[in-house]
Amino acid sequence: MQEQLVFVRNQMLPPEAPPPGQKGIARWMRENLFSGPMNSALTLLGLLAVVWLALHVLPWLMHSVWNANSLNECRQIIQDRWGEGATGACWAMVRERWHQYLYGFYPQDMYWRPNLALLLLFAALAPVLFSSLPRKMLWITALYPATGFWLLWGGTIWAPVVAMMGFVVLWLVFTVLQPRLGVPVSAGIGVVAAAVWWMVLQAPMTDALQSLAPLRIRAVDSRDFGGFLLSFVIGVTAISASLPMGILLALGRKSDMLLVRTLSVGFIEFIRGVPLITLLFTASLLLQYFLPPETNFDIILRVIILVTFFAAAYIAEVIRGGLAALPRGQYEAADALGLDYWQAQRLIIMPQALKISIPGIVSSFIGLFKDTTLVAFVGLNDPLKGITQIVRADINWKGIYWEPYIFAGALFFLICFGMSRYSMWLERKLKTDHR
Amino acid sequence: MAFVQDAPKDSFRLSMLIYDTRYRSLTIQVVVLILFMLFLSWLLNNTIQNLAAKDRTFDFGFLLSRAGYDINQRLVEYTNDSTHARAAFIGLLNTLLSAVVGCILATIIGVVVGVLRLSNNWLVSRLMTVYVEMFRNVPVLLWILLAATILSETTPNPRDFRVTPEMQAAGEAPKATMLFGIIAVTNRGTDIPEPKFCVGKPREECDADPNEGGLGIIDLGIFKVSLNLLALLVVFGGSIFATRRLKRQADATQDATGVRPVTWWKNLLILVLPSAALLWALGLHFVVPELKGFNFAGGITVLHSFTALTLALALYTAAFIAEIVRAGIMAISRGQSEAAAALGLRPARTMRLVILPQALRVIIPPLISQYLNLTKNTSLAIAVSYMDLRGTLGGITLNQTGKELECMLLMMGIYLTISLIISSCMNIFNRAVRLKER
Repeated sequence: MQEQLVFVRNQMLPPEAPPPGQKGIARWMRENLFSGPMNSALTLLGLLAVVWLALHVLPWLMHSVWNANSLNECRQIIQDRWGEGATGACWAMVRERWHQYLYGFYPQDMYWRPNLALLLLFAALAPVLFSSLPRKMLWITALYPATGFWLLWGGTIWAPVVAMMGFVVLWLVFTVLQPRLGVPVSAGIGVVAAAVWWMVLQAPMTDALQSLAPLRIRAVDSRDFGGFLLSFVIGVTAISASLPMGILLALGRKSDMLLVRTLSVGFIEFIRGVPLITLLFTASLLLQYFLPPETNFDIILRVIILVTFFAAAYIAEVIRGGLAALPRGQYEAADALGLDYWQAQRLIIMPQALKISIPGIVSSFIGLFKDTTLVAFVGLNDPLKGITQIVRADINWKGIYWEPYIFAGALFFLICFGMSRYSMWLERKLKTDHR
Repeated sequence: MAFVQDAPKDSFRLSMLIYDTRYRSLTIQVVVLILFMLFLSWLLNNTIQNLAAKDRTFDFGFLLSRAGYDINQRLVEYTNDSTHARAAFIGLLNTLLSAVVGCILATIIGVVVGVLRLSNNWLVSRLMTVYVEMFRNVPVLLWILLAATILSETTPNPRDFRVTPEMQAAGEAPKATMLFGIIAVTNRGTDIPEPKFCVGKPREECDADPNEGGLGIIDLGIFKVSLNLLALLVVFGGSIFATRRLKRQADATQDATGVRPVTWWKNLLILVLPSAALLWALGLHFVVPELKGFNFAGGITVLHSFTALTLALALYTAAFIAEIVRAGIMAISRGQSEAAAALGLRPARTMRLVILPQALRVIIPPLISQYLNLTKNTSLAIAVSYMDLRGTLGGITLNQTGKELECMLLMMGIYLTISLIISSCMNIFNRAVRLKER
């Protein structure tokens, strides 16, 4: 039998080259653009849209003018350069007004202060976001509220220092009393002591220290804040203050205690049920009714308080989602270990629940950051409406509309898109399970 | 060796209120209740003092007094002699109109974009990604302002539509022409044809009448109901009922014989014919807007503020809905459609019977919360001076009467009611489609 075999191939044939339509760009186009009549039609439609857009937008962008003092001058330059009837973008407006978009009416010679505050913000956020950094850096985070406030608003350094000392008072009272009275009672007394400090001692202490050592930088009025500086101040303060509040509300909503649960649900549903604008109007119109007579504090602070409530309600729902996603076994395991409620929350439940909620928290933050533009309606200079209105009211730039909106929109896009990409990256990094 | 252990004392010590888990939750609740009550009474006390200091009262009587201002878009009858309450009602209707139109538009755009983003067409899916990311990452206020500015600054003046005899002689075209010959977009608004009904009268006579004609209207006190619309609703409802019966019959036939009768053309006829016949009998015709003097007359003028607000909200929300739809479809595992194919279901029925019911369970809850967001975002009407609830009750009424507290509380209450209604719809839906576990 063996001899009858005439030919046995003992080496592989070299692979044939694919037919011309099956390789390279032709194949890719057939598979991805023209795989059927429906797809071909869609591709053609898409191409048509792209070409139409390019024909309209590209000449406009190519005819950009960066050096001019008014819209009319811009148009004149465009007519001279590219002929009658040409249209072009007038970025000279951005060149002249960019600082208002970024800082509002913050005094120009003190731009280093918000810039430094922003840098410090990143330094303060870094140890929270990247666990590999040394834990000592958390002190920057803890001190940031005072330093940030002082840099932005200026005035005497002693006001934020004395305010921070309130927390020291709280901690001192707590550590002294805790061995004798236990955690809940000593924490309560600590909070009361800190409150007394802030209400009674804050003002005289600040004045006394200021007269002893007059350390102050020029104060900046809240009305001068504007542009992205204002958006950042409101957004960052509100989101960082709303996180602890949101966690407490989420725990309250899942609590067994009827009263606590009812109050939490009522608060969350009320805030989520009304538009942010009504809350902002509450800040500007109604707080004067609800607070003791003669109290009159800063409009930015009032807005921040209401925006914090708003964000806290949304964050509470996000965290509740995270809590609900945890398997019951985790709670039972914590109980089996003999941990009490707060220990279980701190060591077992919250680390996992917060990890699950990160994408939701970041998207609430993006939403909140976008919503900071609504402060325009209570008379603050937000980057979108407030500043653009000021620019368009200027006789030189009357009638300009594409450029300011494109500029502000592009900045918003960069920030929000960046944050959403960061959250996607973080989500992948923190994913430790292999479901 | 005897080991004596003290029996736990049964006596009650004060510290047990905090450290004994039997009493602790009670203690906490009592403390919370006391703090809450203190807080409430503090707020109330402040409010009363402040009201007294400003020499104001807290009452809603102003709602029944004459409003004295005009509203440029009214769905039901309103004059400046009407009450503040009616002005608020008009504002509420405007809010709801913008919300409903916006939701419908957003759903259509969102579903199309979401499905196209999943398509294997490289160009189209990239374009849709660009659309979604562009609209999601920029404040909605920008889209509203941009839409309003473009509509008011780039649209022609009504006089640009005019064709003078000289121009006709010279063969010149006017600077602007109407869309399809029936829609005129001017810098004052968009003029669209108005449906009119006419029964038993010459058409010219009907057109001269400001009312919509036909069967007329009945006055319900608060608002008037068009009998034409009512008749149309009754007939259309009957048609829907008939198609349901047809479906049941078809189901029965399929159960008995295994063959499903073809019903789509019968359904179409039942749905379209009676309504069309009714509309013909009522003498439906459209009055096309015409340039008269300095402005367009006849037809309905849709304000640019409404168009800009609704369009911008719809485009913005559609980007979120597209993501929801995409996630919902991707959440269904491939095994489901393969199993359906193995059972011998055609692709269309696979979609309708297997994929959609499961995808909808994932899609609908976030979709409804997007509707809720859109409804709340209509309060951004303030940016384009559209007279919604905030523009009437929370705007002019508040400024005229100075009743800040009452107006704001009422407005919040109304928004809250709308939200609660929408979210209770969602709860009902969730309960209906919840996985039935046994």
